[in-house]
Amino acid sequence: MLGFIASIIDGVLVGLVYGLAAMGLTLIWGVMDVINLTHGAMIVAGMMLLYLLASALGLSPYLILAPSLIGGFFAGIALYWIAIHRMTGRPPLMSLLSTFAVNLVLVGVGTAVWGTALFNVEVSVPGFSLGRYTFPGPHILAAVLAAVIAVGLYFFLHHTRTGKAMRAVANNREASELVGIPTTRLLAISVGVGVALATVSGTLIGTLFPYTILSGDSYELKGFIVTVLGGFGNPIGALVGGVALGVLEGAVTPFVPVSWTLVIEFALFVIVLIAFPGGIFTRRRGGL
Amino acid sequence: MKRLYLLAAAAALIATPAFAQNTITIGFTDSVTGPLNVDSLGQTRGYEFWRDEVNAAGGIKAGGKSYKVKFVSYDDESVGGRVQQLYTRLINQDKANFLFSPYSSGLTAPAAVISEQYGKIMIDSGGAEEKPFEQGNKYLFMVITSATHYLSGAIEALKEKDPHAKLAMVYSDDPFSKDVLAAAAQQAKAAGLDVVLDESYSPSTTDFGPVVNKIISSNADAFLGGGHYSDGATLARQMHDQKANMKWMSILVAPADDKFAELGPAALGVTVPSQWEVQVSYKPQFGPTTAQFVKAYEAKFHAPPDYHAASGYTDGMILQHAIEQAGSVDPEKVTAALNAIDVTTFFGRIKFATDPGHHGLQVGHKMVLAQWQMINGKLGRQVVWPTEAQSANLLYPMPASK
Repeated sequence: MLGFIASIIDGVLVGLVYGLAAMGLTLIWGVMDVINLTHGAMIVAGMMLLYLLASALGLSPYLILAPSLIGGFFAGIALYWIAIHRMTGRPPLMSLLSTFAVNLVLVGVGTAVWGTALFNVEVSVPGFSLGRYTFPGPHILAAVLAAVIAVGLYFFLHHTRTGKAMRAVANNREASELVGIPTTRLLAISVGVGVALATVSGTLIGTLFPYTILSGDSYELKGFIVTVLGGFGNPIGALVGGVALGVLEGAVTPFVPVSWTLVIEFALFVIVLIAFPGGIFTRRRGGL
Repeated sequence: MKRLYLLAAAAALIATPAFAQNTITIGFTDSVTGPLNVDSLGQTRGYEFWRDEVNAAGGIKAGGKSYKVKFVSYDDESVGGRVQQLYTRLINQDKANFLFSPYSSGLTAPAAVISEQYGKIMIDSGGAEEKPFEQGNKYLFMVITSATHYLSGAIEALKEKDPHAKLAMVYSDDPFSKDVLAAAAQQAKAAGLDVVLDESYSPSTTDFGPVVNKIISSNADAFLGGGHYSDGATLARQMHDQKANMKWMSILVAPADDKFAELGPAALGVTVPSQWEVQVSYKPQFGPTTAQFVKAYEAKFHAPPDYHAASGYTDGMILQHAIEQAGSVDPEKVTAALNAIDVTTFFGRIKFATDPGHHGLQVGHKMVLAQWQMINGKLGRQVVWPTEAQSANLLYPMPASK
């Protein structure tokens, strides 16, 4: 029984991080209907930044969240101008292909520079124990930080001019242009924020697990499930979706063979798509 | 007109070298990109290191001729789907005389279908799965120990240290890992050890937290499992972070790479079945000794060789030996020479099964068990099993997480 409770708590902790990793993906989708396939590569960029700064300069891993956030934002703006700007308003497949191409370039360059060797950053934060089960400190801290970042994003979207304008653009781009919102600049900022969320989540994940240059794919895949659970284009829903996924993984593992976890996850994915095409926690379309 | 004749004569002179240079072409694919890149790189370096040494020594000598070795290789992107197409190309377009295997069981099995179809000899150092050798293949030869024996040493060592150990087996659901652990489960039962958990996971698993809790709940004191690379490393780290406090951990493949030291305290005490380690000292009948191999390899690549590099080098050495014994590059004669081989190299003994049910399977080579220990204040691998080959005593139980 204690094992089951431990797995549920574990699920909530990891789920918050899954949610953060999916938030950037769903934000960009919500604002401009673009699926950003560089998401996985950007998560890895956050991990690599963590490795480089933590091992070269000996910085605390949590201090690196700041450069990761800022670097991710500018990388996102660059991504917008390189791969997305000329694709907006064209069929969704076009931006899917262009971001996929950028993804291949990033992963290819990463493989050429670092190979697919293993990277690991040691983090010593005391955890706590429940009987024989231990919750590592970095997991608890990462979950708390993920929640804080999500709340920060909520305030940004609802209580700042730029955030409100982003929501307006998501709701109706033409109407926002009519009232004088510089939509192109806002789209660029949205991609910047989306990518910054990806790099920050990568930096946080890097404190939990060892990784390689190819680790992004698994988190991108998880990101899609979380997005479907949480509702397309709903960043706060993504956090709830992430926790739902983490708890599901934690709850089924003690009872079924581990190899069934993915089967159950994707079965749920299909059921949710059929029963709630917009996601469980979605609000009306464009309601970011 | 005269000038034209002169030009033609000059062109003819350039086109016909004074001595005809014999070459043999060896084809293979390697995983330059994709998840198998690290292990595949070691194997490719082993191949290339052998080629450079052979060519520097004047080539392979057979039947009064000497043959320079030429390689043709392609990136298989770590994907099985590309392998058959590329091996067909190596045979038909690039006219490869002999083939080396790609890296990993998953890629070697489809490649073997093609090599066999065209009657080309393929020397395998990358795929340990036994299945391709049970299908009556005639030209496929494996220089490494097969998957069924990967954990035999671990089970023997564990039985000696604790005859009542309870085992948890959690492994990736790829063909290689499943083969290894299925055999290990049988060997454990035969040794009277209790297997309390036996499960596989998808290779894309990112978080092993719930799995580690399940292992703790099973009251196991020994862990055997893992798969290829990042999954094995993640398991090791999470077992340490969540204080699973096993007395014994054997993880496949990942800990055999030097980068495993990145894990720091989580690596300490982890054991890995290894085809070869820099500490082994077999007396070779031909080719370099381990010390010579390690020294020359480090001078060339500025990194110590892993077992993939050593087995890749052995691929070349064994093919060369067979060609020299056959005195010809004729595939049938070389096959006969390979069937008759029973030699010891720096990599260990090499002998192939010749019965039709297992033809080409390795029956001479033995694996060792390596353990991550502190060596002069730094993490490194020591050979701990079998006892006659050990370079350090086995740490049992392994150090607990702090």
